[in-house]
Amino acid sequence: MTPRDDKASDILEGYDPGGFYCELLGLPEHPAEHAAEIRARLGTLDFAELRRRAKEAERELYNLGITFLVYSDKEAVDRILPFDVIPRVISASEWERLDAGVVQRVTALNLFLHDVYHDQKILKDGVVPPELVLGNANYRPQMQGLDVPLDTYVHICGIDLVRDGDGTFRVLEDNARVPSGVSYVIENRHMMQRAFSDLLADIPIRPVDGYGQKLLEAMYEIAPAAPGEPQVVLLSPGAYNSAYFEHIFLAREMGVPLVEGHDLVVQDDRVWMKTINGLSRVDAIYRRVGDDFLDPRAFNPDSLLGVPGILEVYRKGRVALANAIGTGVADDKAVYAYVPRMIKYYLGEDAIIPNVETHICREGEGLRYTLDNLDKLVVKPVGEAGGYGITIGPRATKAELDECRAKLEADPANYISQPMVPLSVCPTVVDHGIEPRHVDLRPFAITGRKTWVLPGGLTRVALRKGTLIVNSSQGGGSKDTWVLA
Amino acid sequence: MTTLLARYADCIFWLARYMERAENLARLLDVHETFSRDHRGRLDYSALIRINADEATFAARGVRPSAENVIAFYVTDASNPNSIISSVRAARENARILRPLISTEMWSQINVFYNRLLALEPREATRTNLARFCNGIKESCQTHAGVVEGTYYRDQGWYFYHLGKTIERADQTTRLLDIKYHALAAAEDGAGSAQDLGQWHALLRSVAGYHAFRRVHPRGMTPALVAGFILLDQSFPRSLHTCARQVDGLLNGLRSRYGLRGGSGALERLDEIRAVLGSSTADALVARGLHSFLDWVQLRLIDVTREIGTDFFGYAAPAVASQTQMQG
Repeated sequence: MTPRDDKASDILEGYDPGGFYCELLGLPEHPAEHAAEIRARLGTLDFAELRRRAKEAERELYNLGITFLVYSDKEAVDRILPFDVIPRVISASEWERLDAGVVQRVTALNLFLHDVYHDQKILKDGVVPPELVLGNANYRPQMQGLDVPLDTYVHICGIDLVRDGDGTFRVLEDNARVPSGVSYVIENRHMMQRAFSDLLADIPIRPVDGYGQKLLEAMYEIAPAAPGEPQVVLLSPGAYNSAYFEHIFLAREMGVPLVEGHDLVVQDDRVWMKTINGLSRVDAIYRRVGDDFLDPRAFNPDSLLGVPGILEVYRKGRVALANAIGTGVADDKAVYAYVPRMIKYYLGEDAIIPNVETHICREGEGLRYTLDNLDKLVVKPVGEAGGYGITIGPRATKAELDECRAKLEADPANYISQPMVPLSVCPTVVDHGIEPRHVDLRPFAITGRKTWVLPGGLTRVALRKGTLIVNSSQGGGSKDTWVLA
Repeated sequence: MTTLLARYADCIFWLARYMERAENLARLLDVHETFSRDHRGRLDYSALIRINADEATFAARGVRPSAENVIAFYVTDASNPNSIISSVRAARENARILRPLISTEMWSQINVFYNRLLALEPREATRTNLARFCNGIKESCQTHAGVVEGTYYRDQGWYFYHLGKTIERADQTTRLLDIKYHALAAAEDGAGSAQDLGQWHALLRSVAGYHAFRRVHPRGMTPALVAGFILLDQSFPRSLHTCARQVDGLLNGLRSRYGLRGGSGALERLDEIRAVLGSSTADALVARGLHSFLDWVQLRLIDVTREIGTDFFGYAAPAVASQTQMQG
């Protein structure tokens, strides 16, 4: 660490969270004592030096190919996920509660999926509207009545959390299909260890390295019984998928082949991969290909990414898939609103991490409230991912609000609305200094026999001043997330 | 350990080929400067285009085969599949697919190399600094080779990497030798002249073989001696003989070490080349016409590649086996 000279000012001296909850400082009335030591160390850094190391870190990420592909015109360009070097710190006690809350939620989602694809008690009991599930584009009738290994559907789950104005963590959204981002959690840590070893020194931070092994264990647990070690593979849409780096990363962490659809073939009720010595059996597939593209015979017939006939093998229990097919009914933005009731229904518990208050526009009351308070609410289409199609009422122009109103009236069932959560902020390096930027948190949970949560998760940061949208496709970056031991 | 995915074997074979091709293009461009003057000192860059059989692709550009145009065509022209930038890009695209298999350092070096080529200023690769530029390319390719040697896990992919590299090298060696054939055919004062000797000299230097040649042949430099060295020498790393022996060793290694069933077709095609190399003297090859021999070798190497593709990469078997015979 380069000590500043006596005249230099603390680089955080002029930093003002602007009334938001700050991940480093807490609230003026409740300072974040657990982060005090880290805050103090940051204060001794020289800004120019900090910038230089941050630039070097980003250059290194680029050269190492820790990138995602962005398509502009005809050219595919490698971009790094912008990395901010000031970490987000979570206290041990706070993490303990979040960990329990994520486990609870994932448990409920798995119970819900099992119920939906078997007896549908929760629908019959009127807790979740049946049409919301059975009429959902992501409901897969092919899964009805099928038993999946360990009754686990969502093996890999990413749950998006935000922290509101008083510092309460809330669930913003569930990702139960093919959540991505975990590779950045681990690479960000490696980057910090290389570039800011002085900042980390002697601070007890919970490690994040175990993810690949935990994932492989879960894959072994769900693989059908076979002589020898099960053959696990990772199925990727290919090198031109924007998340290809993550697929590489996870295949390497697990030490398993990364395959594409055309590497696999179905024969004799088994899935095989094509090797230099002919066909070789595959037992369990961590697939990063969506349901629609998984099997052109069963789903989208135009898909070139999948494996024709794989659904039948899966149904016979001859190959395991993670995540299971049909998990999209559990992470739907409309179903989300019912998750707290789901937790109560299956587990008899209150949600440890509450939802953001949500108005369901398919219900008359929710629609009326939304239309009456459009300028105060965030309106989200239920089917979209990646932050697209969102109208942020307080920031929208009159024309945008009118357009949103028209869409709502035309197709209310396609929307939910939520109050604008004053997302917490974290000090972030910008061109001329350190300013607050909004962040969220996506913890990752792996479920085989039991659910394990990676300590921390992906902190995404909205790098554009004032914006609340943290998605990488919309100008977001990431930070290392430190869970203190 | 899992048997290598057929697609990965295909990709790593071509990754190696493209990197070797980029290096040899740099060697070819570098040495061509010496050949580009005829006995009256005129410049003729069109020989380069003929050697690479790129006449049609170049003609489509609608420009004169001037030094500048030909250099640009082989260095920065991304629409020429046979340019240095296209070769490195193709290597990088294969490396991207192979990232689960290759070391991070291997990917990173190719990535940085390609990005540097992308950012190339037009003035960095012109005739006046061509030698320096070509040296830079060679060095990057050799760095790649060093990173591979030092970091690549010795699995089945290692064999396919070296199969690709060695087959490409053999092919490029025949093309480099062929450039001399073209220059010779164009020259009016013919074999044995001072210009002719200078060209043989430059050719040896382009394959980093001059000093080794001198160790084997301390005195004299005749076309047959040089051609014999480049084709038949058993210790020179770029000689056709060495390459053919290595390909044979790699194919047999794959079969014995990993118990693979494929590879016999490729070995048979390769044996045709090795039989000719084993039974010919340099004098006889030159007397029978070097150019047609080199053409024949190039076709046999294509056969070897096709057999490898069918046996290991899952390519469809060709409907009719190639029946090309050695000409002349």
